Amino acid sequence: MSTAIQQCPYAIQITDVRKQYRLGQVNSSTLQGELASWWAKKRGKEDPNMKIGAAPRISGETFMALNGVTLTIKQGEAVGIIGKNGAGKSTLLKLLSRVTAPTEGEIDIYGRISSMLEVGTGFNGELTGRENVYMNGAILGMTKAEIDAKMEDIIAFSEVREFIDTPVKRYSSGMYVKLAFSVAAHLDSEIMIMDEVLAVGDMAFQKKCLDKMKEAVSAEGRTVLYVSHNMATIRQLCERCIVLDEGKVVYDGDVETAIEYYMSGEDTLKAHRDYVFKDYLLKNKLVFQVLSSDIDHIDCQYGMGEPVTVRLVCKSQTDLDNVHFRLQFVYKDGTRVGSSFSSSGFSIAADTETTVQLTLPTTELVPGQHLAEIAFYSCNDDNYNFINTIENGFCFEIRTPTPENHLPFWARNWGHAHLADMKLEVLPHES
Amino acid sequence: MNPEIRHTHITAKHRWFDLKFRELLQYRDLIVMFVKKDFSLKYKQTILGPAWIFLNPFFTTVIYTVVFGNIANIGTDGVPKLLFYMAGNALWSFFSQSITSTANVFQSNAHIFGKVYFPRLTKPIANVISAGINFLVQLIMLFFFWIYYVLRGNVHPNWWSMLGLPLVLLVLGVMALGCGIIVSSLTTRYRDLAIVVNFGVSLWMYATPVVYPLSTVGGGWMRTVLMCNPVTQMMEVFRYMLLGQGQVSFLGILWSVVFTVLVFLGGVLLFNKVERTFMDTV
Repeated sequence: MSTAIQQCPYAIQITDVRKQYRLGQVNSSTLQGELASWWAKKRGKEDPNMKIGAAPRISGETFMALNGVTLTIKQGEAVGIIGKNGAGKSTLLKLLSRVTAPTEGEIDIYGRISSMLEVGTGFNGELTGRENVYMNGAILGMTKAEIDAKMEDIIAFSEVREFIDTPVKRYSSGMYVKLAFSVAAHLDSEIMIMDEVLAVGDMAFQKKCLDKMKEAVSAEGRTVLYVSHNMATIRQLCERCIVLDEGKVVYDGDVETAIEYYMSGEDTLKAHRDYVFKDYLLKNKLVFQVLSSDIDHIDCQYGMGEPVTVRLVCKSQTDLDNVHFRLQFVYKDGTRVGSSFSSSGFSIAADTETTVQLTLPTTELVPGQHLAEIAFYSCNDDNYNFINTIENGFCFEIRTPTPENHLPFWARNWGHAHLADMKLEVLPHES
Repeated sequence: MNPEIRHTHITAKHRWFDLKFRELLQYRDLIVMFVKKDFSLKYKQTILGPAWIFLNPFFTTVIYTVVFGNIANIGTDGVPKLLFYMAGNALWSFFSQSITSTANVFQSNAHIFGKVYFPRLTKPIANVISAGINFLVQLIMLFFFWIYYVLRGNVHPNWWSMLGLPLVLLVLGVMALGCGIIVSSLTTRYRDLAIVVNFGVSLWMYATPVVYPLSTVGGGWMRTVLMCNPVTQMMEVFRYMLLGQGQVSFLGILWSVVFTVLVFLGGVLLFNKVERTFMDTV
């Protein structure tokens, strides 16, 4: 499986890789179950030759954790991988570290890989720190001679020198992690794969780890693949970032754009949006629903202070009076900015579609992308009746003003709300 | 950085005949460490420590001597009973320990196998080596009793044939490895086998001349069963070398060796196939 070749500009080449998992308890682990499913297939109950193609991610009883990923990573790159839970990040790392094999596609790896899908794999509580370093190092692919040569560095880096000959079951969790990371950090491999391992240890040690990783990339020319939900560490470590969604690469490029993309979810920036209610959420509340929303600018772009007009198509099963809306604004970095309430309610008759229009002043919103959550409730006299919230409502973007207005620092430094302008007066000189 | 870069190619297709022995060689230090860990963990926080390596087989031998030798009164072809049972038990426990410790290697190491790649075969190999070392230690104990009986003239070893002892160990070790990895590969899909294997191995012992010599089995179907059992001949050869007792035939030895080669190759093929994706099903 491994052959030595001459220096190659690529570290990793992934070609159209798919990974299929089965859903539920299909894979019966008893012979009886196996026979039962074989018999079911025999009688044509389900198609055994499930086509793995551009089909939707879930088809029948299978699930595509990765659905056609193609990537090239050059030597010496530090690449971050981000994405929602279940986007396929960990599966990709598992394939690269050869814990499991792909269902389709090919992967070429040039260089030794050390994977840290977990800190301290193979650590055993009964063994001493030193014995565990040998064990863990060997599991990660070092020879005994290599570990011997690096032992001193590893111990020094780990900051647990006094306890190195104590069984690790007596260690604090911090010490344990420090020792484990030290082993991994001292591997001689050309490619390092890490799954959120830096989210451990105290602040000082985290910084030390990051610096060590950065040094590995810049000084030693190693390649790093780093998966994390912590955008701060991605920013610090990586110069390239990949966004995975539903088993596919949806963005590949510079870090800031990737993070913004991941946070906002570009596909929501559409003027027209339809909403589907999941019945199970609304078993006894399915009286009123918002079917769709349209905002007046087709490109979803607004100047600062320009009002946003949104039309909501609503439907109700019963006659309802005094239905109110509340829009809750979330900035692209996840910060909740504030809410706006409709000035009055409206009435809706049973089973008729009614369109309402909300005009929203945006003077207080800062430049950048905003997501509006649509909450609706009915008010009758002193009776307040919450109905539901659409959490993924419509999105729009307030344009950054032209440079003459020198306002590029919104959100990051100046906060997430644009408060009303202050009144400035020059006071007469007191004599 | 290393000018010669290792290239790894991963495809969805499994190449059956890529046995990956070279990779195994690169990880030989890991095998040594697994063996060491086995031993240092086994006797941690026990009062008697490594003395258990002797005590366990010694008591088993005593019980065999009483039950099979004195109560059931099974003959030992003139070999002192203690020595006969001790030799049989030592060799059999090497074999059975190798199989049972290998049989659930995927389940018991899922937490490591699921996080990092190394040739999975390192673990079963380490298990068999551990069992082998255990056997060698027992052999030392056996040696003291053996010298006593040899000096008293009760035992007449076949001195020259004793050079073949490492070969007996090799054949049995590889055979156990092959059987163990086949069972372990199948248990990733059929857990039942994990339960059956302990029971099965103890049944296998009675189909092997461990507590009785092959010579007490006259003929008929019982002898056929015993001769089909590939461990039978190794057991007889072992006692022939050490104790000068046993029915050794060339055909029997050949069968043992052929079986070993087949079961080992088949096992490795199956194991390599399963190790690629067992994490998805285990």
